[in-house]
Amino acid sequence: MLALDAVTYRYAGARRAALREVSLELRDGEVLGIVGASEAGKTTLALVASGLAPRAIGGTLRGRLLLDGDDVAALPMHEVAAQVGIGFQNPATQLSGVTESVFEEVAFGPMNLGVPRDDVIARTWDALTALRVETLAERDPARLSGGQQQLVAIAGLLALRPRHLVLDEPTAQLDPAGTRLVAEALARLAADGASICVVEQKTDLLAGLANRIAVIDAGRIAFEGPAAEVLADPRIADLGITPPAPVRLARAAAAAALPAEPAARLADAIQGVIA
Amino acid sequence: MTELVAEGLVHVYREGGVRALDGVSLRIGAGERVALIGQNGSGKTTLVRHLNGLLRPTEGRVLVDGTDAATLTVARLARTVGLVFQDPDRQIFSPSVRAEVEFGARNIGLAGQELRSAVAEALAATGLTGAASVNPYDLGGSRRKLLALASVLAMRTPVLVLDEPTTGQDARGVEYVRAVIEAVTAAGRTVVAVSHDMRFVAESFDRVVVMRDGRVILDGTPAETFAPDSWEALRSTFVEPPLPALVGSRLGLGSTPTDAALIGRLHSSSSA
Repeated sequence: MLALDAVTYRYAGARRAALREVSLELRDGEVLGIVGASEAGKTTLALVASGLAPRAIGGTLRGRLLLDGDDVAALPMHEVAAQVGIGFQNPATQLSGVTESVFEEVAFGPMNLGVPRDDVIARTWDALTALRVETLAERDPARLSGGQQQLVAIAGLLALRPRHLVLDEPTAQLDPAGTRLVAEALARLAADGASICVVEQKTDLLAGLANRIAVIDAGRIAFEGPAAEVLADPRIADLGITPPAPVRLARAAAAAALPAEPAARLADAIQGVIA
Repeated sequence: MTELVAEGLVHVYREGGVRALDGVSLRIGAGERVALIGQNGSGKTTLVRHLNGLLRPTEGRVLVDGTDAATLTVARLARTVGLVFQDPDRQIFSPSVRAEVEFGARNIGLAGQELRSAVAEALAATGLTGAASVNPYDLGGSRRKLLALASVLAMRTPVLVLDEPTTGQDARGVEYVRAVIEAVTAAGRTVVAVSHDMRFVAESFDRVVVMRDGRVILDGTPAETFAPDSWEALRSTFVEPPLPALVGSRLGLGSTPTDAALIGRLHSSSSA
């Protein structure tokens, strides 16, 4: 389990804290969605939860990040990195820049963790096929489209088989097919016991993927709960979050004062389409 | 105002490589709102980069108001077609938001009062007036993207090309993008946008062009493109119709690409 215990974090040189008194639990086998308006602190939360802030990027942190009950501040960084994977929004930031093929790129992480060679190869093919990018194995990572790079970056994380994974808008550059592949791969990883934290604007994606959702506003957790409840909560629209399509449609119908009979037909049809 | 025509465009990035564009012909009239959709790698971004001369066709040509774009200077094209990249960090390099918005407009020859009002308008349209003196890198991803939009908006080009304008935007950012598209096209300027966001496409555009493997496979209004008899073609390029289209079809209400269209049909079906 990965837990934030009353974490307040301030970037180096910043006057105000970017996160204030944030407490969150990320349980094994669970996908936790983080939603919020731009600049509410979502990316900062991803940096703190992965252990990169403050250790790699500076700043000051009050409170504790706990990995299976141990304070991360007391663990060596390589041990933290071996247990917590992080995926950034922009895949160009993620790719190593030193490999000449997609295969090497995806194998790079597990090799650095000292995973035995045969295992590295198996993990690399598993990750590439899970995201249907195995045909790109021999291509130069630098010459792929943005969407392909994003899939390769995520394949690199899958090959690490992390126990905890923190992702910042992992599907920002993907088409719906790529988005679905990533969601399926993450769901499988969680089913195998990993805990996954996904920072995301796409609430439709979280509706099908997340078990729980926390809403962040001005650096604080505004509220959290089971995914379906949070996504249907009328407060999220006021906090700059676009509700999922079925919620918006139902709400638009209510606002248009649709009579009871067609409203019931509509609700049934929405359920039928989602199922 | 400006008409754009693509005639038999073919583009090959490397000799012997795939045809990223494989014979695209399109006419885009002044004031149109055109969305380009289709799976990653279907040629959308390659196509829009031909519209402002960033890429030259391997075969075929682009006509800007009847003139072959290949014969126009880069400067002339830049005054005609403004391109906003998907990743704002590719185009932001000034020390303040205001300086960034001024840069392109100044470069294409705006000055004095015209420059000041173009910059003020662009900042207001993107909600950045209060952030004019901020360093662009102190803005979050959503506002950096709006800044990239503002910079191109200030150039007052007759054609605005947007690559994935709603990606990474929160609800407020999406509203700014929608309002900008409304205002720009109401003034007779053209907007062409690449997008994977089908709700945004259905609600903010008059015309949807669907691409697959470097070709145009569908071209029509949102009601035509998202009608049930187009779904097979849409799904062949991994596009899923927006929710109201799926729900409307299930209810036998025809093509209802937006929440408003669907609710309108439900209202009239219940009063009939």
